[in-house]
Amino acid sequence: MSNILVIGELGGGKVKKVTQELASKAAELAGKIGGEVQVALIGNAQGAEELGSFGVKKVFQITSQKLEQYNTEGTVKVLAELVAEQKPSIILGTASPMGRDLLPRLATRLEAGLASDCTNLDIVDGKLVATRPIYSGKAIVDVKFETAIQMASTRPNSFVPQVVAAGAKAELVALAKDPGELRALIKEVLKGKSDKPDLTEASIIVSGGRAMKAAENFKILLELADVIGATVGASRAAVDSGYAPHDMQVGQTGKVVNPNLYIACGISGAIQHLAGMRTSKVIVAINKDPEAPLFTKADYGIVGDLFQIVPLLTQEFKKVMAE
Amino acid sequence: MKIAVLVKQVPDTETKIRIKGDSSGIETDGIKFVVNPYDEYAIEEAIKTKEKNGGGEVIVVSMGPARTVESIRTALAMGADRGIHIDDAGLQADSHVTAKILAAALQKEGGVEVIFCGKQAIDGDCSQVVQGVAELLGISQVMIAVKFDLREDKKGALIQRRIGGGSQEVYDVSFPVIVGAEKGLNTPRFASLPGIMKAKTKPLAVLKAAELLGESKPRVSFVNYRLPPERKAGKILQGQEPAQMAAELVKLLREEAKVI
Ligand SMILES: Cc1cc2nc3c(=O)[nH]c(=O)nc-3n(C[C@H](O)[C@H](O)[C@H](O)COP(=O)(O)OP(=O)(O)OC[C@H]3O[C@@H](n4cnc5c(N)ncnc54)[C@H](O)[C@@H]3O)c2cc1C
Ligand SMILES: Nc1ncnc2c1ncn2[C@@H]1O[C@H](COP(=O)(O)O)[C@@H](O)[C@H]1O
Repeated sequence: MSNILVIGELGGGKVKKVTQELASKAAELAGKIGGEVQVALIGNAQGAEELGSFGVKKVFQITSQKLEQYNTEGTVKVLAELVAEQKPSIILGTASPMGRDLLPRLATRLEAGLASDCTNLDIVDGKLVATRPIYSGKAIVDVKFETAIQMASTRPNSFVPQVVAAGAKAELVALAKDPGELRALIKEVLKGKSDKPDLTEASIIVSGGRAMKAAENFKILLELADVIGATVGASRAAVDSGYAPHDMQVGQTGKVVNPNLYIACGISGAIQHLAGMRTSKVIVAINKDPEAPLFTKADYGIVGDLFQIVPLLTQEFKKVMAE
Repeated sequence: MKIAVLVKQVPDTETKIRIKGDSSGIETDGIKFVVNPYDEYAIEEAIKTKEKNGGGEVIVVSMGPARTVESIRTALAMGADRGIHIDDAGLQADSHVTAKILAAALQKEGGVEVIFCGKQAIDGDCSQVVQGVAELLGISQVMIAVKFDLREDKKGALIQRRIGGGSQEVYDVSFPVIVGAEKGLNTPRFASLPGIMKAKTKPLAVLKAAELLGESKPRVSFVNYRLPPERKAGKILQGQEPAQMAAELVKLLREEAKVI
């Protein structure tokens, strides 16, 4: 048996969309190697069995009071035990703040090869091949594995969740596991204000650059974002000028995002900004300079003053979306 | 207090990447190499921590070819005390092999209480080495760190880690710990002229990667390097009334691109 284990993620007590995406891709891969898809969840989730509709056979729900708050070492321990019991040949997770923290350490413990932050996965000659951007997306490479267990983390929004068996329920297996003695303890969680999806998971992003001129002016981007369900981002110039917090920065030294739609307002398109958003499916540039480099990367663009264009877009979207 | 900083030399962020004819890697001639941007935050935090502790030693550890020494000198010029260059000539390294060698070098050094690293090296963009070293040394890790406050007892630290959506986790960790630095942790200082002069005489040891590696082998291989697919020329609207262009764009996004 060559089973695939997906490390799932929960948000607000529910299975996250990134896990549905990954489960769908895993189901496709499992079809090629003749195994089943299993999901491991740390903590209880509402509707976990509904992952069955994406092709998942079993969901392992690992509960431990000690893991109510995330803990790297504790989570690695319980997952390593689950892997020892289930013996999957492929383990997949999301390149999220949790996945990026956890998977490399788990891979080291399991003596497994790991490909991080992949944008595609495939099976060639019965083995996993992972495709990932390197050099900030300036090149692409395929990763091959020399180990019995093959691991990969994938960038959010890389795959589309696919219902393959409407109404099917996955088998729920509750497991109580001991994460052992915990060392690095979370003392406090400082909650962000935003109820929007994080930039790295957002499917639509509206970003502002140096041209925004002031923090208050981001209001016009927020208004547009509210109408189209987007998360707001920023260039480094906007962050360094104090118009936006660093958490909003997209690019080389900010976040790498992968939305379906990226609307850049008053952003020139420096190579370090592209590093963060070049895999966006559709790129829109709004800039008053027709020579702005981002226009050469954009699918659509408007040459104009963002302070005029953005409110008009908001109005127009409001109008057509009410129809 | 012994503090280590792991520093990698990487191509400058402006570098135009060219692929080798046989797709086995990138052309490296003509590339300008710099200290990995995230490692600059790590170097700064190491020096600051030594200052706050009122003493100690900052050791810079870097694996790479001969040119890597430049990056070590940069860190020494900023204020680190001594360097260890791990010469990787003839070595095939993936993240695991790199972590194994760095962990062995740290073990050999002994007594290191805090290890500062970047959260990610911007060449391979793996973000795996720090967690690998943590596991191999059996110590705690805190990735994506944006704040590091030495605890009053100086035997641990309160470390803030960014977890997305604007939220942060605050960890209370006793040493030893390894930290992956994120932008925002601090503002790296520039090397002063006297600093640069002094760096030339600071101790720099050279170790051989192969000797530290032992029996370990790479767990993955990178093949078929290529450039990303070219995006086809976009539709750029200009010269019309703003309202007309806005309406046209909305229509295109809904009907042609179908993203809204
Ligand atoms: C090591 C390193 C790491 C970096 N990391 C990042 C990173 O992570 N993210 C990042 O973004 N950058 C990063 N940078 C910086 C990058 O090189 C650029 O400086 C930055 O992206 C520029 O931001 P910008 O496009 O907002 O500003 P600018 O380049 O100044 O562009 C502003 C644009 O706004 C247009 N404009 C002005 N007014 C208006 C208006 N009223 N309406 C419409 N358009 C208008 C202008 O025509 C111009 O094109 C990094 C640089 C280095 C060296
Ligand atoms: N060859 C190396 N020498 C020294 N430190 C390294 C090396 N490779 C990676 N690191 C450290 O590990 C961090 C993460 O690298 P990576 O996991 O490759 O993205 C870097 O920011 C460095 O601090």
